[in-house]
Amino acid sequence: MLRQIEGSRAVAETVALCRPEVIGAYPISPQTHIVEGLSALVKTGALAPCEYINVESEFAAMSVCIGASAAGARAYTATASQGILYMSEAIYNASGLALPIVMTVANRALGSPINIWNDHSDAMSQRDSGWVQLYVESNQEALDVHIQAFKLAERLALPVMVCMDGFILTHAFERVDMPEQAQVDAFLPPFAPRQVLDPDAPLTIGAMVGPEAFAEVRYLLHAKQMQALDAIPEIAAEFEAAFGRASGGLVRGYRTEDAETVIVALGSVLGTLEDVVDELREDGERVGALAIRCFRPWPMEEVRAALGGAERVIVLEKAFAVGIGGIVGQNVRLALDGLGVRVHDVIAGLGGRAITSASLRAMIEDGLAGRLGTLTFLDMDWELVEHELERPSGPHAENMLRDLRERVG
Amino acid sequence: MPYQVGLLAVGNRLLPPEQRTAQADALRANAITSGHRACQGCGEALGARYALDAAVRATSGRLIAANATGCLEVFSTPYPESAWRVPWLHSLFGNAPAIATGMAAAMKAKGREDVRVVGQGGDGGTVDIGFACLSGMFERNDDVLYICYDNEGYMNTGVQRSGATPPAARTATTEAVGEAPGNVFGQGKSAPLIALAHEIPYVATATIADLRDLEAKVERAMAVRGARYLHVLVTCPLGWGSAACDSVGIARLATQTGLFPVWEGRDGDVTAVAKIRRPEPVEAYLRPQKRFRHLFVPERRDDIIARVQARADRNIERFGLL
Repeated sequence: MLRQIEGSRAVAETVALCRPEVIGAYPISPQTHIVEGLSALVKTGALAPCEYINVESEFAAMSVCIGASAAGARAYTATASQGILYMSEAIYNASGLALPIVMTVANRALGSPINIWNDHSDAMSQRDSGWVQLYVESNQEALDVHIQAFKLAERLALPVMVCMDGFILTHAFERVDMPEQAQVDAFLPPFAPRQVLDPDAPLTIGAMVGPEAFAEVRYLLHAKQMQALDAIPEIAAEFEAAFGRASGGLVRGYRTEDAETVIVALGSVLGTLEDVVDELREDGERVGALAIRCFRPWPMEEVRAALGGAERVIVLEKAFAVGIGGIVGQNVRLALDGLGVRVHDVIAGLGGRAITSASLRAMIEDGLAGRLGTLTFLDMDWELVEHELERPSGPHAENMLRDLRERVG
Repeated sequence: MPYQVGLLAVGNRLLPPEQRTAQADALRANAITSGHRACQGCGEALGARYALDAAVRATSGRLIAANATGCLEVFSTPYPESAWRVPWLHSLFGNAPAIATGMAAAMKAKGREDVRVVGQGGDGGTVDIGFACLSGMFERNDDVLYICYDNEGYMNTGVQRSGATPPAARTATTEAVGEAPGNVFGQGKSAPLIALAHEIPYVATATIADLRDLEAKVERAMAVRGARYLHVLVTCPLGWGSAACDSVGIARLATQTGLFPVWEGRDGDVTAVAKIRRPEPVEAYLRPQKRFRHLFVPERRDDIIARVQARADRNIERFGLL
């Protein structure tokens, strides 16, 4: 059914259609509307049976999910930013225990300085946690991928993060095609856990493992992620067959067929990026875009196939690894190993700075003209940075905000 | 051991069947079987066995357990060996109460409320790193019995101070050096009183010196729903520097000096206390433990002993232990 609805609310209603049995809920912007929506659905009885737990922290939210999942319940939570760091210990624990928890990450910057706006630093900080990471471009895709995420998680006994841009998607009112309960029920069978705590068949779970088997147990996470590279496209195909629209998958190319220059990106920025690609195509430039929809596992072969024919690749990233540069770019370079494709990292949109089509166009034109370096920070205010680097004392953020105010007078 | 007779005896097959302990039953649950790697004289192994067996009996075997990281977790699960004959999950150091909440929520959602949940951990996992999760579980009144086995320090990591370490005690991070040797006076917390302040249905303290009392409290705790807390003082021969054969006796001295008050509370009020039967000066408790040796050698520190005695006297007064 077509509805004009806020992204968070639509995600809440879709998660409810997936019949979670336990929800660990803790507020943090910009995720909060999702758990608010679920709270109402549980309280009215629209979502039943389901236990909605107002926990005291994100660490507890994930821990409640771990306990519930190990006891055989379908478990869900949502978080963002500092919350994902605070639950990080439990995030690693959930994947190590092979518990198929699904979590929405409403992507937001990490402090300090504290900042509530969108970028991908939060989810990227957990890229090696053993969780599958799916990035969505639109609210429709967010709904569709949540349904697929439960199926994927439970098929492989592996937790899955669905990453959607905070505010840009979570707070955007858009038209979406809301799935029907019967459709979701037909697509997503009840949770059949591969391990469950049951007095009738007692199990010990969570034992200490020493050097004799630790590497092997941890390797299973990698093996399952490799299996996910097959399962994700399979489930996306099943979804398309059942719901009549394509969503999810590993990567999605846009006008890449004969492209000499391809811009790689994750999440909602693909919309603006594709508009810019269209403009440049009209000007006769052979450019295209590639959406990374699954970042973990890293779809090495698909990325290589999509980008291998290009002369240059520009990786547009909403996060960066301090001390080296791009994160996604490193993965892209690995996928293109030996092909001689030039890869540029462009860091953009940190802390919610708007990524405008004008900036994107200028950046791509720099790339086409050979003016783009290995690492670029889009729209960086270098004067502000240089001034602070020369300053001998004082807190950086406060100094720089004062400089900005003095600049405008 | 003068008290190891009659009502205080461990198994006591001499009593009528309805008064016998869980341990007196040859067909008892054996929630924690023999063969685990606990130290000789480990109070935590003893306390956990009695508590869990009583919980299994109280629930007719419909029990699952969440365990914090710590001695109990490490010594019980050197896989492929496991001492647990109940379904058991270890997740992290600081989240056992929240794990237990999740388990209880799952059982409720699945309509299996006959299956009950116990969370457990040492004092480090409970009163320090897990305290936020514990308080959250309490205030939501989640249907969990949480048991803290308090050996007054981080014993698994080599005897460091916790928020439950008593003043003057030597630990690896409160060494017996300087003007004020051992742990500082005026610090630490009473987790059971804080639990009581949550006005949850049931809070109790117990020790391994009175195992029948421990069992009875577990049974009473399992007879009600909602958040319940049991704080059990358990001797640690390694961390306390006491003889393995003295574990029960030292725990008894903790109660008879007044240093560890044994009480029971419901809905925010203390409802019962265990009276001291044979009052002892704190010195009788301190002397057999090497962690307090610096109070007696190289010179006797009457000033510090007096401060410890003052703490005991305050407990006696406050809880009406005499």
